[in-house]
Amino acid sequence: MGTLASVVMSATTFAGSAQFAAASVLSAAGSVGAAATAAILLNARYVPIGISVASVLRGGPLRRLLEGQLVVDESWAFSRRRDGTFDRGVLIGAGLVLYTCWVTGTAAGALGGEALGDPESLGLDAAFAALFLALLVLQIHSRRAVVAALVGGTIAFALVPFTAPGVPIIAATAGCLVGWRKR
Amino acid sequence: MSRRLEEALSSTWLVVAIVGAGTIVCKAVGPVLLGGRTLPPQPAGIVEMLAPALLAALVVTQAVGADRKLVFDERLLGIAAAIVAIRLRAPLLVVVVAAAGVTALARLL
Repeated sequence: MGTLASVVMSATTFAGSAQFAAASVLSAAGSVGAAATAAILLNARYVPIGISVASVLRGGPLRRLLEGQLVVDESWAFSRRRDGTFDRGVLIGAGLVLYTCWVTGTAAGALGGEALGDPESLGLDAAFAALFLALLVLQIHSRRAVVAALVGGTIAFALVPFTAPGVPIIAATAGCLVGWRKR
Repeated sequence: MSRRLEEALSSTWLVVAIVGAGTIVCKAVGPVLLGGRTLPPQPAGIVEMLAPALLAALVVTQAVGADRKLVFDERLLGIAAAIVAIRLRAPLLVVVVAAAGVTALARLL
């Protein structure tokens, strides 16, 4: 991807799974549209997550916007109390630590990565699959989520031989319809 | 589009810009616009299921996907190692390194 692009992406898109998804589609020669759509759909979960923490953020619109960027899965999970409210100090603190580590880690990885050699002989393609799998396990909190994952995975599997790279991933979002709740 | 502009807007930078803007908007919607209100349960339930559906698709395409075909190769051994590591509640880094290591080893042999 190039060192600068990777670091800029970590600084602006502070959400690893979406970054890896975009990189995964691009490296499979998928289109810009497919890569961006997959990544943004993956980050659509930050809309409800952002809404859930909105009451502990402070200040005017700009400050709330910036504080909202610090929210990632991990800082959200750390700061969540048992009663469903959020600890502002933990949310902002964990977010800042994670952000700093993420951006510096990306720079180190991008600079050092070139020295590593052929990504396939190192098994990095499997490493990405394992990473997505581990991130998936973190998202499974309910039977419904298991069904959404099975539907999404099956759609992707069925479409890979017939469509351009990236399309199976976008089509798999149909799996989210299992989240429809009856009133 | 002129060639120079095309070069400037290389596909990587386009993706970086679009995804960056999209993510900032996704994260800002709640805090900036809605304050303390919550989404109605139906859209919230659907959005919540986006991440599992998409991540499962990414596992599949990354594990057995190739250019318009399914390929079952050494990656599957790496995934098996990752599953073992996840079941043992190993940290994320260990899971990823185990998958890479087993796959690399299988390709060497």
